[in-house]
Amino acid sequence: MQLTGAEIIIRCLQEEDVEYVFGYPGGAVLNIYDELFKQEKVKHVLVRHEQGAVHAADGYSRSSHKVGVALVTSGPGVTNAVTGIATAYMDSVPLVIVSGQVPTHAIGQDAFQECDTVGITRPCVKHNFLVKDVKDIAITIKKAFYLAASGRPGPVLVDIPKDVTQALAEYSYPKTVALRSYNPVTKGHAGQIRKAVQLLLEAKRPMVYAGGGVILNNASSQLTRLVRLLGFPCTNTLMGLGAFPGTDPQFTGMLGMHGTYESNMAMQNCDVLLAVGARFDDRVIGNPASFFRSDRRIIHIDIDPSSISKRVKVDVPIVGYVTEVLDEMLKLIESSNIRPDPAALKVWWGEIKEWQRKDCLKYDKKSALIKPQFVVEKLYELTSGDAFITSDVGQHQMWAAQYYKFDKPRRWINSGGLGTMGFGLPAAMGVQLVNPGATVVCVTGEASIQMCIQELSTCKQYHLPIKIVNLNNRYMGMVRQWQEFFYGNRYAESYMDALPDFVKLAEAYGHVGMKIEKPGDVEGALRDALAQKERLVFLDFITDQTENVFPMIAAGKGLTEMILAEEL
Amino acid sequence: MRHILSILVENEAGALSRISGLFSARGYNIESLTVAPTEDATMSRMTIVTVGSDDVVEQITKQLNKLVEVVKVIDLTDGNHIERELMLVKVRAAGKDREEMKRLADIFRGNILDVTDKSYTIELTGTGSKLDAFLQAMEPGVILETVRTGASGIGRGERILRV
Repeated sequence: MQLTGAEIIIRCLQEEDVEYVFGYPGGAVLNIYDELFKQEKVKHVLVRHEQGAVHAADGYSRSSHKVGVALVTSGPGVTNAVTGIATAYMDSVPLVIVSGQVPTHAIGQDAFQECDTVGITRPCVKHNFLVKDVKDIAITIKKAFYLAASGRPGPVLVDIPKDVTQALAEYSYPKTVALRSYNPVTKGHAGQIRKAVQLLLEAKRPMVYAGGGVILNNASSQLTRLVRLLGFPCTNTLMGLGAFPGTDPQFTGMLGMHGTYESNMAMQNCDVLLAVGARFDDRVIGNPASFFRSDRRIIHIDIDPSSISKRVKVDVPIVGYVTEVLDEMLKLIESSNIRPDPAALKVWWGEIKEWQRKDCLKYDKKSALIKPQFVVEKLYELTSGDAFITSDVGQHQMWAAQYYKFDKPRRWINSGGLGTMGFGLPAAMGVQLVNPGATVVCVTGEASIQMCIQELSTCKQYHLPIKIVNLNNRYMGMVRQWQEFFYGNRYAESYMDALPDFVKLAEAYGHVGMKIEKPGDVEGALRDALAQKERLVFLDFITDQTENVFPMIAAGKGLTEMILAEEL
Repeated sequence: MRHILSILVENEAGALSRISGLFSARGYNIESLTVAPTEDATMSRMTIVTVGSDDVVEQITKQLNKLVEVVKVIDLTDGNHIERELMLVKVRAAGKDREEMKRLADIFRGNILDVTDKSYTIELTGTGSKLDAFLQAMEPGVILETVRTGASGIGRGERILRV
């Protein structure tokens, strides 16, 4: 039987077991929307801006390990989606974005709502397609899902002109797909794995550094077993929080620009470093020249060969799925009777404990003003560390990362690579949809939240009882912090003037709003909000304006050049 | 250092811009780029001449391999190879210069493809440096127009790039 292109698209999504499509209709996708309307299996979530659609699909994917799907129209639909696509690309999130395009005969004619979608998105997708023939739709969508989820995951865009969605073709969904030009190496090299294990067993001052790749590849249990078996210290990157349990005594906290003193010192001073699904980026190791040590051996496991020896030369590169490589390493270690030298480990842990005594995350608990760190700590306590936390970008993001201890993977959802303000609320929508009944909290600031605040309306429509913790310091806090440290206190355009009344704003959207101004009211307000299981609650915490994120490493400095709170 | 990368790529719309976009986005150099379909019409072969340290060229190779449409990449300069470039050059050839021009073309084993009473169009193949040498051998002002293809390369002997 012949189907229209639009019918084929929906059939394909059904075949892929897509539960939710996040999108916004428009001229070029009307045929697709008409087919969505005629069926019930694939549910559509109407956002208020296409950026929100892609972030929501992204949050959906990050918290569930499924491929997120977004549907947008041509022209501005696509350009609005670009920020979301670039965000997912930087954090390797598997998404399929279907975009409408003007009819094939109009392409290149500067038609209404036309843009070169494939050209505009090319640098921020894993791959993209323009489907010019209805016969190619099914195979292209199959390829898109395969490419998005396999190897190093990422967003894949499929651009479909309107006439192609109207044209007829025979439909059959391919069971499998193979591309001769795309064969990611998934199994680590046995010889390299042996070498790595040998290095680990001989280490005197070992360190494990785990990133987002561990979470993306569902390798947390393997990583946790390995670290516990060896008795090594372990740090997680911002993207890796939850990969190794945050409350485990072997966890030394996040590392990097705002990482703990002990993690950064251990990274710099270790003799064997095991990097797992992490990429030594500038916010993590600072200046590569200062990071270099001739007496440190580095083992690097990653699915992407181009992540290896990009910023830091490594001694034992292992390309493959983190899960498979760690499984192999565990087998070798478990079947060996050699264990790392306990005496050396004891000395090394002694050094780390000494660094921990700096208590680098301490803050003033007696302040008459609400300290943002205190809000996050209370949130952690009251949710028993088991909530899904999304965040926007800036100081609040760092405080959430530092003070909420994530014991499980896929609980911490933030834009680490691109650093996209406006990510938190729409991402939380996707998280809540795929985890109904779970506590989902968006930790944000008064600047970030306003970048996608229109999604409060979507939350109302779909009854998403997200809790928004707004750490409101009336500043773009991280910008203000840099201006204080590096620009002689000249706070150029970082003050948020003319802020809305967030309580009234939340109420206007049909939600509950609360304003909290005293430290003594923080716990009560959080309890109250968390108890409202059916409602979205917007908690506007008026926090200390001058609070800064510590420790801090200035851009371009080395890992040990940390600015600590007491030093100012 | 100068490297010659040979790339087999799916013969699909957009593949070239993906590759050239990668070079500009990551700040890599392209000295020359040539591309045409192979005997297998589904695939094109590209030769890119680039300049960079070994680390940079290693990254370029890895990044190219990451592109979904790239089937295979090799660095020809890793081993013995042959490279050739084609140049068409239109020169002034009038009066006493006319004989001299013909002789020079013969010395460089060039062919004269087109003749008017004032000019020759000469075809020349060779390595880039041979073509440079030919241009340098001309009197200044004699060259009216040049067009060069950029290098194409292939491995020597049994060294073969195919799927």
